[in-house]
This record gives sequence, structure tokens and C-alpha cells, in this order.
Amino acid sequence: MTVKLPRIGTAQILALAAILAINGFVSPQFFDIRLQDGRLFGSLIDVLNRGAPVAILSLGMVLVIAMRGIDLSVGAVMAICGAIAASLADDHSLVVTLAAALGAGLACGLWNGFLVAVLGIQPIVATLILMVAGRGIAQLITEGRIVTFTDPGLAFLGGGSVLGVPTPVVIALAMLALTLIVVRGTALGLMIEATGGNPRASALAGIGTRLITLAVYMWSGLCAAIAGVVAAADILGADANNAGLWLELDAILAVVIGGTSLFGGRFSVVLAVVGALIIQAMNTGILLSGFPPEMNLVVKAVVVLVVLLAQSPRLASLGLIFSRRRS
Amino acid sequence: MAAPHADQPSAAAGSARPASGAPLLELTGFSKSFGPFTALDAVSLTLRAGEIHALLGENGAGKSTLIKTMTGVVQRDAGVMRLEGVPVMPRSAGEATAAGLATVYQEVNLAPNLTVAQNLFLGRQPTFLGIVREREMRRRARAVLADFDLDIDVSAPLESYSVAIRHIVAIARAVDQSARVLILDEPTASLDAHEVEVLFAVMRKLAARGIGIIFVTHFLDQVYAICDRITVLRNGRLAGTGTIAEMPRMTLVRTMLGRELAEATAERHERADLSAAPELVRLEGFGKAGYVAPFDLTLRRGAVVGLAGLLGSGRTETARLVFGAERADSGSATLDGRPVALTGPREALTLGFGYCPEERKTEGIVADLTVRENIVLALQARRGVLKPLSRAEQDEIAKRFIRLLDIRPPDPERPIGLLSGGNQQKALLARWLATQPRLLILDEPTRGIDVGAHAEIIALIRTLCAEGMALLVVSSELEEIVTYADEVIVLRDRAHVASLTGAAITVPAILAAIAEDGEATANAA
Amino acid sequence: MTPASSSVSRLVPVAATTVVFLLGFLICALTFPNFASLRVVMNLLTDNAFLGIVAVGMTFVIISGGIDLSVGSVIGFSTIFLALAIERWGIPPFAAFALLLVICALFGAAMGAAIEFFALPPFIVTLAGMFLARGTAFLLSTDSIPITADLYGHLSDHAIRLSGGARLTVPAMAMLAVVAAGMVLLHLTRFGANVYALGGSRQSAGLMGISVGRTTVLIYTLSSVLAGLSGIVFSLYTSSGYSLSGVGVELDAIAAVVIGGTLLSGGYGFVFGTFVGVLIQGLIQTYINFDGTLSSWWAKIATGLLLFGFIGFQQFTLHMARRPRRRATTGSAAANAAGAAS
Ligand SMILES: Nc1ncnc2c1ncn2[C@@H]1O[C@H](COP(=O)(O)OP(=O)(O)OP(=O)(O)O)[C@@H](O)[C@H]1O
Ligand SMILES: [Mg+2]
Repeated sequence: MTVKLPRIGTAQILALAAILAINGFVSPQFFDIRLQDGRLFGSLIDVLNRGAPVAILSLGMVLVIAMRGIDLSVGAVMAICGAIAASLADDHSLVVTLAAALGAGLACGLWNGFLVAVLGIQPIVATLILMVAGRGIAQLITEGRIVTFTDPGLAFLGGGSVLGVPTPVVIALAMLALTLIVVRGTALGLMIEATGGNPRASALAGIGTRLITLAVYMWSGLCAAIAGVVAAADILGADANNAGLWLELDAILAVVIGGTSLFGGRFSVVLAVVGALIIQAMNTGILLSGFPPEMNLVVKAVVVLVVLLAQSPRLASLGLIFSRRRS
Repeated sequence: MAAPHADQPSAAAGSARPASGAPLLELTGFSKSFGPFTALDAVSLTLRAGEIHALLGENGAGKSTLIKTMTGVVQRDAGVMRLEGVPVMPRSAGEATAAGLATVYQEVNLAPNLTVAQNLFLGRQPTFLGIVREREMRRRARAVLADFDLDIDVSAPLESYSVAIRHIVAIARAVDQSARVLILDEPTASLDAHEVEVLFAVMRKLAARGIGIIFVTHFLDQVYAICDRITVLRNGRLAGTGTIAEMPRMTLVRTMLGRELAEATAERHERADLSAAPELVRLEGFGKAGYVAPFDLTLRRGAVVGLAGLLGSGRTETARLVFGAERADSGSATLDGRPVALTGPREALTLGFGYCPEERKTEGIVADLTVRENIVLALQARRGVLKPLSRAEQDEIAKRFIRLLDIRPPDPERPIGLLSGGNQQKALLARWLATQPRLLILDEPTRGIDVGAHAEIIALIRTLCAEGMALLVVSSELEEIVTYADEVIVLRDRAHVASLTGAAITVPAILAAIAEDGEATANAA
Repeated sequence: MTPASSSVSRLVPVAATTVVFLLGFLICALTFPNFASLRVVMNLLTDNAFLGIVAVGMTFVIISGGIDLSVGSVIGFSTIFLALAIERWGIPPFAAFALLLVICALFGAAMGAAIEFFALPPFIVTLAGMFLARGTAFLLSTDSIPITADLYGHLSDHAIRLSGGARLTVPAMAMLAVVAAGMVLLHLTRFGANVYALGGSRQSAGLMGISVGRTTVLIYTLSSVLAGLSGIVFSLYTSSGYSLSGVGVELDAIAAVVIGGTLLSGGYGFVFGTFVGVLIQGLIQTYINFDGTLSSWWAKIATGLLLFGFIGFQQFTLHMARRPRRRATTGSAAANAAGAAS
């Protein structure tokens, strides 16, 4: 049994600040923001904009992980929903397009939740099924081609802006707010933390753990669908092969960097989003620094380890010993 | 308290052994803080060779922490330990064993997924060219367990056995490590009278061989039955130490509590007139194939029904069926005369049932969550997701129950996993009391609970009962059951075999019903 | 009565998997006329040799309660490293193999140490390891480099010929050897028992005096070494090195282990089950190849569906097997208690 005291997100915020500072160092224009055609531009805005899909994914993933689960299928679900949105956009109204895409996401989540909550399959394998098959389904929808669209309504979701802020950022913020309301404005957060912490005890305390599991996977599916639509809208098309590829790992990473344990229990929605921003800031930084792109993964590995070590309870207790020695 | 010891003259056991001699193990100035909280404050203890030394104290007094700082599982802040005059400082359980300190920790420290034999010899299996000699290991395992009067299949996984057997295996493992000091942290909490006897026989044998034994228990009778000397901790400090002759029962209790014990425990309460008490729940032909044979059970407002029987006789199973944690496959249930379906904990909760399970760690607490969150959990589950308790309401409920049940430390924001076992138990009780249940099912509510809290919980059971709640209590402590039960149902081999009411509820009568053969007494359901 | 029922019950998942494999094979044999041949079986072994080898390492990791996401990248690193070492740096193949395995061992040990000493979750540490190994592979070279050393030619020609044109190839032999060695190590040694103990409860294992740190480091070392070995086999199989090889293999390995009846939460499982899990995955691929009419996306969907079919059936078998089991264990518990008390 590991018992952790709740921590506040100092480590994460510091890490983000440090990475942004380094970015500012390697690329002096990093913090420049300018207003052009009623939309904000600049590297910092870029971090937010590019980070939006993973941030949205992490909103669903954080709840799944808090329930001791994991959702490997979100990348594939992004591809499916992006493909649906792109293929419907030009012939149907935006409402129908979105309803179909988000509905597909919810259905995917329902499927995952069914496998986990009702059939009792271990989450990693249960969602692996959709991870494998989902990309096939997405390719089936696009018939293996890259489907493009021109509908301005859908395009707005990727490339537009609201009061100067890029739409993906606005959508991510809205989803963050919605998630917070759903989770902390009701008792759902407590129930998720209890179920993730000790499923048997929670079920005996009368919590409907099955229903919550279903709901949480559906939420993750919905988030993946939104992320998929945003990603498709951004490139004005759907690429079933590459949309959302390996983003499930980024989303999981964001959640863990945000301090949520993979063993379930305590979680923080906001810090998961901070985690997503850390990852994106890092990616953008490497791009700006002019390192060869081959360096990307190595730098990413190092940064991830450093951020994790900064949060390590063991390291914290070492620090405590030192500070006590000194005093 | 297990009956056989109740009438034993104190100190009979100890005097036979050479209790004096040079100190075998000496602890001085043991201190340990967890953050701002001081769990141990300059504690010292001296253990002599061939001595059985009781380490006593209330829940949270620091007994387990003292043991863990001795063996290096928890790093101490200060303190010196000498084994036969030589300072030793193990840094892990492994090093402690190597140094000669074998320990059974309070949380039974075994691997449930391994076989009994593997558990006994993990880390020191007999090998030939690196390959474990399975047959030799099993042979030795059977030999080791034979000392404990236990003849089980040692190649079966440990988890297929009852908690009691797991405990014995853990003890056997420690005993077999040819240590000079044996430390047992509440080994008897889940053992029945016979198993306790067997354990004591082994302990006496080891002590006669010159091994020093530190023994933690909350059963005072056991202390006087087997120990030579006593060390008492209170709030992390040394509260007293001496031979059992120097510390008779009342002195001991006073030393542990730092005050007099309100002797509420001993007297028996007025038994309710069962026929007059209004009926709350009636179960007929209730049962589940392969789990518990069908039984009839009536639970009345303001009455306590006790379930007695050996471990594995079907007591816990009955409790789980009533709560719906396990679904019955036969029989019918009525609540207030109306038929109801007991299909699961959620339904039970809406019907106003509460259930404190026996396995606190795995089925009770959510270790990472705070005491407050653990207390409000069931109430919140009943209100549903959409009606969250406000933080102020949660604080109020948590504070109220922390005060009412004297949960220590009285900090609602502490993760419950950091509380001592007894205080976790109280918080679980609080969880259900907060839902104001009409029927409360308690499975071993006083297990691992100190004398003070023990009396408080029994008093609480009576108060709840007087307020009109129906209670169903599973307990291995017959003497405790007879003080509060209005009806005692005796189980054997997963069937209800007898029901005692009124003046018939006595310890000998219950024992007789437990022991009797199949064709026995009344009400065979 | 306990012993038999309860030690048999832990074999149920493996037995279920084996039954599922045999049924699957039967279905394939009935669907495709020339499927049921020694040759198909031998090809199944050869084609999945690299997966089988990493999956054995993954079994140790998962039974101990961990996970290793880095293995696919380690394979990629290994192939490109070997290609460069042999072709560009002129290191003799066997020396290159040895050097590679040492590097992998150090890499695994470092991950194990990070998990143990900083109390970090294995998923994330090995995810970082995955980035690191793949990133290093990219740094070495992003080209696909053919390996032309004589040894490679010899090794791929060398095979035990069986009847009907079937060949037991070097990769297949390597996998069978690793499976056998893995079974011995996991089921018959002290180290193996420690691996299970760690998966049962890390805390208890520590309290029982097991050196949790040492065991953890060894487990991840083993996994990485086997991933390196798998990389060697992969480079033999393809006679080339490419930094992108082995992408996603970690997921296949995890799936094989889990299909083989090992619980992801640790503590239970068998190497043999993993072996069958690998064969099942190979069977799915073979089926799709034999069919030949499936477009690449239908192939993916079919893989997912078959995966679901296998897991669903296994779940069903377990469910059915558990019913009588409960009766057996509860009954025996009562007997035990009674026995102990008498
Ligand atoms: N890791 C920890 N962090 C913080 N507090 C702790 C920790 N471990 C123990 N404590 C606290 O130290 C005190 C002593 O606990 P300990 O487990 O030693 O009590 P105990 O005497 O064994 O009680 P019991 O009879 O209930 O087992 C308790 O108040 C407990 O909350
Ligand atoms: Mg204790």
C-alpha cells in the first residue's frame, strides 16, 4: 500500500515554467505575440493551439486512469471521428456532422466500457482491441484515402478564432471547464477517487462502480472524438493512417506528469492539462531550437524523466532529510 | 476473549522459565516522527533471553511503529539497539532476519499467490544447482507446520486458506528462521481458541530454548497466560514496564489508558423481549448454494442478533448475504413486511442497511482518501452523484463522528491509511452511522481494537440498539457476544445449526452448540 | 480435496488459451485446405520468433507487477546498432551481439533502478525508455541498412529440415530455447519465486526479506536483454537494420502475455501461456495472410475482432471454470477451519 499525501502542482508548474524559459532562451522571439487579422499569433499561442488535442484527450484519460484503467484506443478513436467528420462535412450540416462524429466517439467509449465493466477484461487489453481495429475502421471510412473537405463551419473549429484566441484553445478550455464541473461540481470526483483507490470497498459502500466505469470510458471516447474533429478541422482533411497516431501515449504521459497515479485514486484534471502543455512546449522548443528532428525523442525522454524525478516521493523525502539536517 | 484462558490463574505460565539473565535485546531512545506527528518518543525496552515480553498499548500507541523501526522497515530518527551487547542497525526486513530478528508484522506479510511451502521458505528454498528442490521443500514445510498442529496441503496457494491459517503460516515462517529474537505483532487477532493454544505451546518451547519473544496483543488474558514481563506504550511514550506480578490487570489497564476504564463491559444488559420488538427484516429460506445453506432469520428493531461459530463456519457469508454483497439464490426477504430484493450493496444502502466488513484493508478503507472522505462515502453514495455534500457538510459530519467515536488523531484531513488499525475500524463504523441505517451489520467489529476502544464500541452497540436500530453482529469473542446479544445464532459448516435466546445465551451454551454434532439442538432451518 | 482443485484452478487460464489456440487452428485448417501442415506450424514459429522472445521477458515483468514499454524500441535500436557495427564499424558479428546485449543489460538495469529507487511507475519509466531507445536509434541512422556479413547468410540457411519442406530455423530454435529457459527460471528457481512474490505484494515481499530492489533491477535487465536478443533475431530474419523496426511490438508482447492468461496486475501467469499467446497472435496473422483477399484495413479490423473473440472466449471459459471452483474452495475452507480447530 502506498499512501501519498495530496500534493499541489508546484513541480508541474515549475517544470512548465522552466521549459518555457528554455524555449525563450533558444528562440528569443518565443514570447512575442502579435495580433493579425483578428487572431493572435506567436510561438506561445502555437504551444496552446498544438497542445489542444492532447489536452482534450488528457481530460478523458485522467478520469480513466483515476479509475485504475487506461485507454489505449483514443488515438484510433480520433482517427475514426476525424474521418467521419471529414467525410460528412461537405454534404451535411455542421450539426449532423458533429453529432455523427461525437456519437461515434461515445459509442467507442461505450464499447470499451462494456468490455471493462461488464465483461471484466483488463483495461489495457480491452482498449487494445479498439486501438488495433479502430484504425482499420477509420481507413474503411476513408477507403484508405486522405479525405479533404471545404466546409467553412468545420474548418472554423480547427483554424478559426474567438476573440483572437484560436478555436482549438477555446474548445479545450471549454472542455476543461465542463470536466471540472462534472467531476468536482458533483460527487463523481469523490466516487472516482474512491473506486480507483479501492474498488471492492467502494462497491460495498454502495457506489455504482460499474456505471461509473462505463461513464468514464464514454467520457474518454467523447474527448477523443472532439480531439479528432479538431485535428481534422485543422488540416481540412482526415488521414486515417496518421491522425492521432501514438497520441494515446502522450495523453497518458500528460496525466502521469500531472501527478495522477497509474494505480488509480487521486487525480487532478487541471494538472493533466498542464502535463499536456509541458509535452507540447517541449515539442515546440525542440523544433525552434534547430536541433535535428532525430533528437526529439531523446530530449523528450530526458525531460520526462526530469519532471518525474522532481515529483518522486523518494526524492522529496531525501530533500526533507537534507533540509532537516541543515536546520 | 477466548474462553479457555478466562479462568486460568495469572502467571502460571511464566514462572517455569528462566526469566532472568543478561539482556538479549536492548533498545534505548527510540524516536520516530511522521512529519509533525511524533509516533515514538525516546522509547526503551529490554528483552531477556528466554523471556516472553508483552508489548501493549492502545490503538495508535506506537507498538507497530516500534517494531518496524527495530527491523529497519521504517527508518528511526534516533535510538540504539543492542543484540547481546553488540549494536545492530538493520536497514530492511531482510537484514533484520539475517541479524537474528524474525518478525511477523501486523499486516500478514506473505505472498497470497504463492504456495504455502514457497511462503514458508521464500528466499531460503533448498536448491540444487540453482533449481529449487520442490519435493524437499514440501517435506520440510509439512514438518514445520506439524509443530503447529496444522496438516494442510502445502502445495496449494496460500490464498486458498483462511486468514487464520495464513497467520499461522506467517508465524511458522518466522519461527523457522532460527532467530534469537521473535517478534509477533498481534498474531492472535484472527486465531480461534485452539489455534491460540497451539501458538502458545510453540512460543513456550522457543522461550525454553532461550529465544526472546516480543508479543503484541489486545487480549489481556493472553498476556497473563503466557508473558513474563510487560512494556506499555502510551501516545508513543514508555508508560511503564515490569513483570506480570508487578502489573496486575487494573494497574495495567490504567497504565495503558492513563485513566480508569469504565467497567461497562462486564455487566450484561437487559435483554430485549424479542417477541415485543417490532420486526424489521425477515428472511425465509435464504441461502446460496455452496456458500451458506438456506436459513431463516428475523432482525428486530432494538435487538442485536449475534452470529457465533468457528472460522469458516459461514458467519461472514451470512452477513454478506443479508447485505446483498453476495446474491442469494434461494429464499425471500421482507422489510417492514413488504417483500424486497437484496440484489447488491446499492439496494441495501437505499433500504437503510449498513455493513462493516471483516477485511478492513481490502474491503473497508480507501487508504489514499482522507478520514473525512472515507466517512462520508456511503452517505454520498446514497444521495447519488448529483447531490454532492458540500465541503461544510462533510466537515461537520467528519468532525461529529471523530468526536463521537474518539478517532485519533482527530484530524479529518489525514489519509486514513496512516491511521492505526483500531482507528480505521472506528472510521468505518462512522461511515455507516452517518447514513443512519436501520440495520447495521458488523463483522468482527472489535478485532484488533484496544481495551478502551473495545469498551466504547460495545457501549456504542448498546446505544444504537437502544435507539431502535437492528444489529447483526459477527464475533469470535463469545464473552463479548453474550453481553449484548438478544439472540445468538450458532453456525457450523456453513449452516445455521442453533438459535439461543434469553437466559440460554451463555458462553458454555454457545460452545456446546458449536461443538455438538449434526443432529443437535433447535432450529436447523 | 483442496490441493487438487486450487492448484489446478490456476492452470485454467492457460488451459483455456491452449484450447482456444487449438480450436482456432482447427478452424483455419477446415477453412484452408493446406493449412494443417508442419510447414505452416514451423513458419508460425519462425515468423513470430522475435515476438516470442520479448514476450518471455515481458512475462517476468508483468508477473512482477510491472510493465515494459521499451522493448519495441530496443528491438529497433538493436537492429540498427548491429547493422552499423557489422557493416560500418567492422566489428565481427558475434562481438557485436555481445556488445549489444551488454548495452541492453545496462539499459534495463537503469530502468529497473529508476523504478525502484525513485519509486516511479514502471509504465512511465519504460515509456521514457521507449523514447530514449528509439531516439538513439534515429541518431544512429534513419536509413535502412542491409547486413551482408557471411554469418547472416549462414545462419539464415542453417535450419533443421523436417518432412514436407518444413524447416526449424535458427530464429525458431532461439525462441524455443528462450521459452524453455524462461520456464526453468520462472518456475524452478528462487529468483522466479521472488518475481511472483513481488507481484503478489511488493510490500509483503520486502517484509519477507526479499531484496525488492535487486529483484526489480534484474527483472528489467532480463527484459531488455531479451529485447536485444529479439533484435538480433529480427535482424537475422530481415538481414538488415532499421531504426523504425519493432514499432508497436511492446503492445503485441503485452497482448500475447495477457492472452496467455497472465494477469496485468501481477502475481499470476506462466511462460507457457505467453508462448501460446504468441502463437495465437501469429495464427491471426497467418489466417489473414492465407485469406489474402482482405484489404489492409479489413485486415486490421479482423485482427481486432479476432483478438476480441479470443479474449471474450477466454473470459467466458474462466467464468465457467470459476463457478465450480468457488464451491470447491469455500467447502475446503470450512474443512480447513474445522480441521485446524479439532
Ligand atoms: N507512515 C506513517 N505516516 C504517518 N503516520 C503514521 C505512519 N505510520 C503510523 N503512523 C501513526 O503512528 C501512530 C502509531 O501507529 P502504530 O501503527 O504504531 O500503532 P499501534 O500501536 O500498532 O496501534 P494498533 O493497536 O491499532 O495496531 C498512529 O497514530 C499512526 O497514525
Ligand atoms: Mg499495530
